[in-house]
Amino acid sequence: MDHSVTPQYKIILCWGSSCQKLSSKSILDRIHQKIDELKMGNNVDIILSGCLGMCSKGPILIINPGYYIYGKITPEIVGEIIEKHINQNKATAAYLIEEDHLFNRFYRIFGDVKFYGRQMRIALRNCGIIDPESIDDYLSVRGYESLAKSLALFTPNQVINEIKASGLRGRGGAGFPTGYKWELTAQEKSSEKFIICNADEGDPGAFMDRNAIESDPHTIIEGMIIGAYAVGAQNGIIYTRAEYPLAIDRLHIAINQAKEHGFLGNNILGTNFSFNIEIRQGAGAFICGEETALIHSLEGKRGVPRTRPPYPATKGLFNKPTVVNNVETWANIPVIIQEGAAWFSSIGTKNSKGTKVFAVAGSVINTGLVEVPMGTTLKEIIFDICGGLPDNKTLKAVQIGGPSGGCLTKDHLDIQVDYESFAEIGTIMGSGGMIVIDNKSCMVKLARFFLEFSQSQSCGKCTPCREGTKRMLEILERITTGNGKPEDIQKLLRLGNTIKKTALCGLGKSAPNPVISTITHFRNEYEEHINEKKCATNDCSALIVYEINDACTGCSACIRICPTKAISGIKKNKHQINQNLCIKCGDCFDICAFKGITRR
Amino acid sequence: MNSQENITIFINGTKYQTQNGQSIMQAADHLGYSIPRLCYHPQLSVEGACRICIVEIEGMKEFQASCSYPIQDGMRIHTNTTELRQARRDILELILDNHPLDCHTCPKNGNCELQRLANILGIEERHFEGERKQYPIDDSSPAIIRNPNNCILCGRCVRVCSETQQIHAIGYAHRGFKTVVMPSYNQAFDKSVCINCGQCINICPTAAFTEKKQTDEVIRILNNKDNITIAQIAPSVRIAIGESFGIESGHNFQQELTAALKALGFDYVFDTQFGADMTIMEEAAELAERYFKGENLPLITSCCPSWVKTAEQFHPDLLPHLSSCRSPMAMLASLTKGYLAKKNHWDLTKVVNIAITPCTAKKFESSREELFLEKDIRCIDYALTTREISWIIKSSGIDLSRMKGQDFDNPMGISSGAASIVGTSGGVIEATLRTFCEKYLDSALPPLQYHESRTTKGIKEATIVINDKKINIAVANGLKSTHSLMDEIRRQKKHYDFVEIMACPGGCIGGGGQPYAASLNFFDQEKILQKRSQALYAIDSSINIHKSHENPAVQQLYKEFLGTPLSELANKLLHTQYSQKIPCGIIPKEVIYDINHSK
Repeated sequence: MDHSVTPQYKIILCWGSSCQKLSSKSILDRIHQKIDELKMGNNVDIILSGCLGMCSKGPILIINPGYYIYGKITPEIVGEIIEKHINQNKATAAYLIEEDHLFNRFYRIFGDVKFYGRQMRIALRNCGIIDPESIDDYLSVRGYESLAKSLALFTPNQVINEIKASGLRGRGGAGFPTGYKWELTAQEKSSEKFIICNADEGDPGAFMDRNAIESDPHTIIEGMIIGAYAVGAQNGIIYTRAEYPLAIDRLHIAINQAKEHGFLGNNILGTNFSFNIEIRQGAGAFICGEETALIHSLEGKRGVPRTRPPYPATKGLFNKPTVVNNVETWANIPVIIQEGAAWFSSIGTKNSKGTKVFAVAGSVINTGLVEVPMGTTLKEIIFDICGGLPDNKTLKAVQIGGPSGGCLTKDHLDIQVDYESFAEIGTIMGSGGMIVIDNKSCMVKLARFFLEFSQSQSCGKCTPCREGTKRMLEILERITTGNGKPEDIQKLLRLGNTIKKTALCGLGKSAPNPVISTITHFRNEYEEHINEKKCATNDCSALIVYEINDACTGCSACIRICPTKAISGIKKNKHQINQNLCIKCGDCFDICAFKGITRR
Repeated sequence: MNSQENITIFINGTKYQTQNGQSIMQAADHLGYSIPRLCYHPQLSVEGACRICIVEIEGMKEFQASCSYPIQDGMRIHTNTTELRQARRDILELILDNHPLDCHTCPKNGNCELQRLANILGIEERHFEGERKQYPIDDSSPAIIRNPNNCILCGRCVRVCSETQQIHAIGYAHRGFKTVVMPSYNQAFDKSVCINCGQCINICPTAAFTEKKQTDEVIRILNNKDNITIAQIAPSVRIAIGESFGIESGHNFQQELTAALKALGFDYVFDTQFGADMTIMEEAAELAERYFKGENLPLITSCCPSWVKTAEQFHPDLLPHLSSCRSPMAMLASLTKGYLAKKNHWDLTKVVNIAITPCTAKKFESSREELFLEKDIRCIDYALTTREISWIIKSSGIDLSRMKGQDFDNPMGISSGAASIVGTSGGVIEATLRTFCEKYLDSALPPLQYHESRTTKGIKEATIVINDKKINIAVANGLKSTHSLMDEIRRQKKHYDFVEIMACPGGCIGGGGQPYAASLNFFDQEKILQKRSQALYAIDSSINIHKSHENPAVQQLYKEFLGTPLSELANKLLHTQYSQKIPCGIIPKEVIYDINHSK
């Protein structure tokens, strides 16, 4: 591209995995083709952004100036959009995402769209706005200004005080105040200290960190450099999942650019302060997101947690003082320095300041990433931002915090998002997974799903988690296949409480949460499974019984389709199902044209 | 806060003053509380994995592992609440639910920490039974059997192998419920870097590691009267075997044990200490030869088969430094078959040498072809551990403590005091120097004044000055410090003339075949090694013959048969050589040896 001309238009195409799957790549080809046709190459800049969060409306295309957001783009229609918007300067209303036009009072204007309008984007402030692979783009949105400000105007102590005053708490789940953590490391006398960015995001369905890196890697890097200056660290490590190739690519690009510009390396911005960042890839163990296991993994050891204290802040990587913070935490740092602690602490609730990113999934119209101020209610997130449940389904529960969190019911919808209020009702903020569950889902099966995940990811070090989650899972398997015993609920609670109180690390301690919270709120479903061998939602296939009723005409269609030859009978006479052979596949139920098969 | 400072803590409501810098468990131990535990061991790093030792700390939501949590001023600790008792039982039940229900057929029956803990915590019912682990048993090693089904994943074996010995023969593989302790790549144990020291056996709370038993074969051989059965008893067996019979450690059962072995049907009972006197004679001569020529110094002892395998695997460049002398056990066995049998015209195929040793690696040593008398004729046929012979004695209805004592058979039953101390760390070097100084420097060995090495932790050093001669010696036990010592010798940082290495903590007295610790109290366990060592020195001072070259039986043997130390015949029967073994598996960085570099 010829850089002597400033392009008039900026096309931002969502390059998140969901949009990519929905043909972003062929859309990009078509855009290039169309622009060549129009000979507008010099006038259009194309940016492939990180996930824009609005996955349910993907693929997403944004045309600037004006933040026109187009949704559900296909290669077929993209040509028309480009033609009209860029050549004729007319937005194609039919493909624009326009819901409620709200006044956007937030930190950075991001479209007049309800989904975005009600959000407040701090960690994701540059997502979809800048080219993640261009440091110039980042600089144009005041990038690295906070670093310069810290080095020029603040002593390391003042930086720490600023972060302390902002009230920022760790976004990885536990919510430890970031400033205090830094202070502990800063106070340690050691010739060597480390800064670690924990990007080992492992909760099923969570992709906040991935998106933060893919759409704005420089923010994370800037946050880490400021942190290193504050605590006196010389080396930083970004520990990320190997399954995030785009994030890793973009981090490499960003680190190299930062080095070239003098933001990383020796004598940063001409000062005596030097700092380097390396990238390390995890091998896929969920537990390596736990800070001590992460450190073990970095040291080349088996990724298992160790007992704390000592905490990494005093004895971390290679026994040196180490600050470990989550991606989202680091992304908040430059904004706090730039806008001031007072501004940041004006957002949120009494004890939880700033915003939190959630990955909303499940039975909800707008699934995707949502960043909201602390204190927003669940109702606002699910119904106002995410558009509520589809097909007039009713909300049954919300699972927060992934496999470590608990289930909330519709009675909790007015709960404000904040560390304390979540803890009070038996769940955790976690890294920010939020799954909306409608009344067609079985809660016992859901608990089993999450426990299956935790159990499979147990590192095997401590007894309660290694043995206990296995026994809990065995009991849940028993219940969901119709073999539950009356004492099983009691056993689940007893084991669950013991594991919660005695396991070595956070993964173990929180593994029983989904089970305990579903028993608390949906005990009747457990009892139904155990006592009546019945699953009201028909979600537990083993508990379903298929029977032939009097509507049967004896057409033998079911006999022909049954894979296990469980159905028998003479033509034009009512057939029978041998329950011992039936594998509950439901093929007979689906094929019967006469409603001759009852499912219960 | 200063770690020497006294702080106030409360245990179960009682106020105590105690030294800061301790874990809750350490503080509680000193104050008379014995918090139940499994994965904790005072010799090893803290793991915090079993969660049996949990306590409640006021103000904390969750229970904390007392082995790892440090005490703080004003901390209020509870060790025995109803909820804690329940949680501990739940955790122990969870361990038991994945453990075989075969206590009565288990080799650790009666000595099992898990069994004792189940009793102490009052496990009477099982609530959570389900899938149980099922792994094949690895009995490929000549010394050690690995049975992962008994393993409760406390990790003590992994830590003793990597921390105390730095051999890293075993580690964790797989994850979660499928976690298992195994050698690298799950290779057979005999192919692994395992040095057969058996410390994993001693430290295992259950029976995941046990010695490879030869008890049934030995009993069969004893009952066949055609055989000429020869026993030999190592120094460290006689002072530890009492523990197997409930008698406090440190009591010398030499005569009772001899009588018991005779009662079992052994034709001859000899003293491995006679072999030790022979080793000392040969090694002193070897030291003299090298010392005066200044070649291949330091001379490094090679009585310990675990150390020899370690050297062959990890320090092959230093093999020329190793003494060519066979171990006392091997020398005695070689002499019984190579000298006594011939003298008495015994049919060699009927002579069976059975060594009673504190050591599991002796089982491996006896299978080494370098030590065979001729092709297919072993010198040592069987090596039984202290534990195995205790069991044979018990199962044969013999009460060791009430046996009427008997003396060893001659001629290989007479030994010097010097020979008795070879069972303890520093003993071989002291015994050898007694002879070396008198025979080759014409002066008595002055009292040894050891000091901790300033450069290598865990190494004792001393310098002996006789006239214008200076002899620098170093002593190591446990292989961790040995590896660093070898590195120093390799880099020639410091000149040593004579170095003694024993693989087990404390030397042979702490061998992998010694009786299991009888109590859960680790204070007692620490004292055991001390008492065993003191007992050996007591034997030394009780014997009139103080030095090996003064042993009349040894003098007679040289006169009648061998000639002089290092003679051709002595070389054939009493010496050997070692060669590099390329270990299969992962070599830890600390001990890696660059083979190309040495060429």
